Amino acid sequence: MAALLEARGVSKSFGGLIAVDTLDFVLEEQAIASIIGPNGAGKTTFFNVVTGFYKPSTGNVLFDKHDIGGRKPNQLTRLGIGRTFQTIRLFNNMTVLENVLVGMHHRLHASFFGAVFQPPRVRREEEEATREAMGLLDYVGLKGHEWDFAKNLPYGLQRRLEIARALGTNPKLLLLDEPTAGMNPNETQDMTLFIRKLRDDRGLTILLIEHDMHVVMGISDTVTVLDYGKKIAEGTPGEIQRDERVIEAYLGRRALEMLKHDD
Amino acid sequence: MNAIAESWSKLPRMLQVGIVLALIIATPYLIGAVEQTSNFALLSQINRALIFVVLALGLNIVVGFAGLLDLGYAAFFAIGAYTFGVLTWPNLGIQASFFIAIWICAVVAAFFGILVGTPTLRLRGDYLAIVTLAFGEIIPTLVRNLDEITIRIGDWVILDKFNLTNGPQGMNPLGRPDFSFFEGIFNMQPGALAVSFDPKFWYFMIVITAGFVLFASRRLDMSRLGRAWKAIREDETAADFMGVDPIRTKLLAFAIGASFSGLAGVIFASMIQAIFPELFRFQVSIFLLIIVIISGMGNVFGVLIGGLIISTFDGVLLAQVLPQILPDVDVQSLRWVFFGAGLIIFMIFRPQGLFPRKAKAAVIPTALAAEGGD
Repeated sequence: MAALLEARGVSKSFGGLIAVDTLDFVLEEQAIASIIGPNGAGKTTFFNVVTGFYKPSTGNVLFDKHDIGGRKPNQLTRLGIGRTFQTIRLFNNMTVLENVLVGMHHRLHASFFGAVFQPPRVRREEEEATREAMGLLDYVGLKGHEWDFAKNLPYGLQRRLEIARALGTNPKLLLLDEPTAGMNPNETQDMTLFIRKLRDDRGLTILLIEHDMHVVMGISDTVTVLDYGKKIAEGTPGEIQRDERVIEAYLGRRALEMLKHDD
Repeated sequence: MNAIAESWSKLPRMLQVGIVLALIIATPYLIGAVEQTSNFALLSQINRALIFVVLALGLNIVVGFAGLLDLGYAAFFAIGAYTFGVLTWPNLGIQASFFIAIWICAVVAAFFGILVGTPTLRLRGDYLAIVTLAFGEIIPTLVRNLDEITIRIGDWVILDKFNLTNGPQGMNPLGRPDFSFFEGIFNMQPGALAVSFDPKFWYFMIVITAGFVLFASRRLDMSRLGRAWKAIREDETAADFMGVDPIRTKLLAFAIGASFSGLAGVIFASMIQAIFPELFRFQVSIFLLIIVIISGMGNVFGVLIGGLIISTFDGVLLAQVLPQILPDVDVQSLRWVFFGAGLIIFMIFRPQGLFPRKAKAAVIPTALAAEGGD
């Protein structure tokens, strides 16, 4: 398997604060990888570097053989990086269907004149896009909600809409920032299965930030642990659970015992 | 109200279109019958109201769709009118044809839209409002002072007291549409199709323009570009992450909104035949913004209907009817009290406006048909 995402010595500092500190990170195609770490460890900052929102202070990031340095988020979306957000950021006063169609923006072509005069080419494009968006909504379990405004969806469905919208961008790499935050155990279980299904059905590479250790240990191929912006451990879930530094710095002995008890 | 709307929606599409067209065509003749005098003051006021509807539809693109709070929108109205003035005022000698000039003016207005948009791209909300407010003040002031332009480089005089806008006196007369070509074809007397102040002609001219702007707005609403505008309005950062280029998208909103305003400016200038800097003051921008907010931001038909109601209220009721009923009250001086109070009442009791946008408005109907209805 080839590396889809590769970060080499990436740092990001804000003034005196070093949020991400010379991080090396490799993500193989079609892998599910998790980044864990205490609050403020630099996980979301790393996401924002990968998606072009922040420019790395040092180091560089390669995505699908492209150096992403200096590219803007919308340009990286075009290259194939899709994401969701830690706090839900839907287009609230737009319909569920429109939200997904916005995700498909870069794959469509009509601009002002196409929109106004609607030549057959544009009509066909819109028809196909609508059909595909409906299919995606069906896929994530939002069938029947197409005409609801995004703000009116219950929380769990909003999370799913964020994923459908990101899938609309036709990503190769999907970054999920705490996809199960605020969910009850049942919803969390559903989401975990759904993330694995995404990889299996669509051949996506998935990178997630997650606090729920059941989710992390359950679906990850590799786990990377950050603390104060530094990578303190990396490996399979089994290795991470046995890693002394992780246990000391992050999980604590009681958490380890709890996890062992679950097995 | 709902019962009427319901039975209306049950009518066949052709009948709906027929009724609306018949009403539109009959309106100037009905008003002519009602009005005893021959000067058509009422119809002229309705024409002005319709121009404001066109402007409000243009502003709706910038504010309602893209969420860019523009407090200087009247500047583009002025740019349209004054570009038309420069192109057709006899003293400048260009005297371009109306039908050529109108497109040039729309393009010039769009160019100025991009000119204002570019430095403000990083600004959001209130800060953008302040810059556009300043732009709205600059343009009338500029126009007022472009009557003695002198450009000198050393001894080389490029322009000496060149009068571009005729300053505070305004430009008069301006070009009118010329249909004399058809007089020849249909063997009519010379001058039979000459355009004058006749408000009936201008009524139809404005209705056609409004129809085009309405049609374009509707189509934009359910297009890729319209969705990108709305996504920027809702969450610019998230839109960027979803592949929408905020710079390009916002500039297109400024340019297209400005060009609609430029079209309105041309028709307005040609209709009233005299333009002054005072016609394009800050109050015009605010009046348009009030229309868009009270009607329901982002809803094209809402802005159409709300614009008709509000600008007819302003132009007919406040300017014509009330002064006759209440001769002792200076109704005109209370004009802004009505609008200010109206805005406050709406913000408290119905912040989404009279006609908030409906969900189904968003997709081309045939795109849905492909999915087998809803």
